[in-house]
Amino acid sequence: MKYLLLIYSKEADWTDAEREQCIQDSAKICRELDSKRQYLSASPLLPVATATSIRLRQGKREVIDGPFAETTEQLGGYFLIDVANLDEAMEIAGRLPGVQRGTVEIRPIYDVPGLPIVKVE
Amino acid sequence: MPIDPVSLIHKKLDAVYRSEGRIVFASLVRMVSDFELAEEALHEAFAAALEQWVKDGIPENPKAWLISCGRFKAIDVIRRRNRFEKSIPELSLTMDQEVTIEDWDESRFKDDHLRLIFTCCHPALAPSTQVALTLREVCGITTEEIAEAFLTTAPTMAQRIVRGKSKIKLAKIRYEIPSVKELPDRLDSVLSVIYLEFNEGYSASFGDVLTRPNLSQEAIRLGRLLAELLPDAEVLGLLALMLLNESRREARSSRDGYIILLENQDRSLWNASLIAEGKALVESALRSGQGGAYTVQAAISAVHSDTHFVEGTDWGQIIALYDLLLSGMESPVVELNRAVAVAMRDGPEVGLRLMNAILDRGELTRYHLAYAAKADMCRRLARNDEAKAAYSMAITFSRQEPERRFLEKRLKALD
Repeated sequence: MKYLLLIYSKEADWTDAEREQCIQDSAKICRELDSKRQYLSASPLLPVATATSIRLRQGKREVIDGPFAETTEQLGGYFLIDVANLDEAMEIAGRLPGVQRGTVEIRPIYDVPGLPIVKVE
Repeated sequence: MPIDPVSLIHKKLDAVYRSEGRIVFASLVRMVSDFELAEEALHEAFAAALEQWVKDGIPENPKAWLISCGRFKAIDVIRRRNRFEKSIPELSLTMDQEVTIEDWDESRFKDDHLRLIFTCCHPALAPSTQVALTLREVCGITTEEIAEAFLTTAPTMAQRIVRGKSKIKLAKIRYEIPSVKELPDRLDSVLSVIYLEFNEGYSASFGDVLTRPNLSQEAIRLGRLLAELLPDAEVLGLLALMLLNESRREARSSRDGYIILLENQDRSLWNASLIAEGKALVESALRSGQGGAYTVQAAISAVHSDTHFVEGTDWGQIIALYDLLLSGMESPVVELNRAVAVAMRDGPEVGLRLMNAILDRGELTRYHLAYAAKADMCRRLARNDEAKAAYSMAITFSRQEPERRFLEKRLKALD
């Protein structure tokens, strides 16, 4: 069962050094998950100030400079994992560095059979 | 009069359904990994039993017979439901591994029953969903009855239950007994579901009746079941707490629905056998040295039960137990209860000082019982204006009709 772990926190809460530490700690978890064949993909995201949102209305493309929704906590990174059940996903989510000052939302993936699978190296 | 064998089988099946239906269900859920399918298979298995048992007699192990039959029925249901053959091999596989359910010892059934409880009380489900699912799936109470108990409509409750089951299935919540490492946390959530259920039946948090005894009965039944399956100290402590509180149900309200406080209760109405059972459980929980908050609260309740007159209450021991409780958790409500006990020992002035200190900290300022307790202290000290003001605040924040009537009566008596 695949789960997407979405890491939300206040961008302003992190110093550069803390962010760097978070990335290194997360990378360690990625390697550990990979060794257990539970890892599919993961990455931090650039700040929400770099976001662009697009929608199509009456055939016309609207471009918005910013995220889909202005929230107090921003999506700062994600993990895509493949584990046996929600309990295992919760265990992993509970160890991510982001969980200490932000929130990790766990979303089960709706599996569509037959899609090409890209394994991120 | 000749005994009609068909009606005999009916009776037997009825009894099996009531006492073991949910155990059969619990095992079926594990086998088919789907609550809805297991429920359907359960009903089909009982329907099949009705025919088969009349012909062949009642099997030696009815539970095992029903599980085994239910498993086949589940596969039939899947075959009927869809043409996708893909899920069937998987099911047959679990079947091959477990051909002889008749050989299961009791612990297998117990494990499945525990799995069901822990899954319904999974922390990824909202507490209100945990309670609803536990009542529906573990206790087998109908959705309509649960809705009635929580003063909501059946469709609303049905939706909550369906969503819960759907999350278990789609998000793939594990159908397992937690490991030793996880157990304390997970057990906490099971115990709090049972206690919430009991309290909702013992002192309804809203509405126009004081108690809903059926909910409390179910909670106690669940507590007994858990104590049998998993006799941890806190499980015994919670069961003891519920039994000791339950023992005073008759004495807690007058015929016309007024609340009667502990100190004014007719103690001859207390149920002696529940008290005896509760006390024995507290003692064994305390002896184990593993007891927690439920055990200590049960011990407090047991001290109240020790005497036939309120004057004989050992308030010193009660205060000491509250101190013990507060050493393990921060809780202004427990502090308030301790203040009431201190007032009983040292007088209302001391009690009032403690209560004001809690309120001054800005805690419990919307909690009606904090004002009711304060009002009672002022009343005893003949500070009527302060008492009236506090009763008015208590009435403002009370959400329950019998409580409000009680407070209004007290307020009027001060005029």
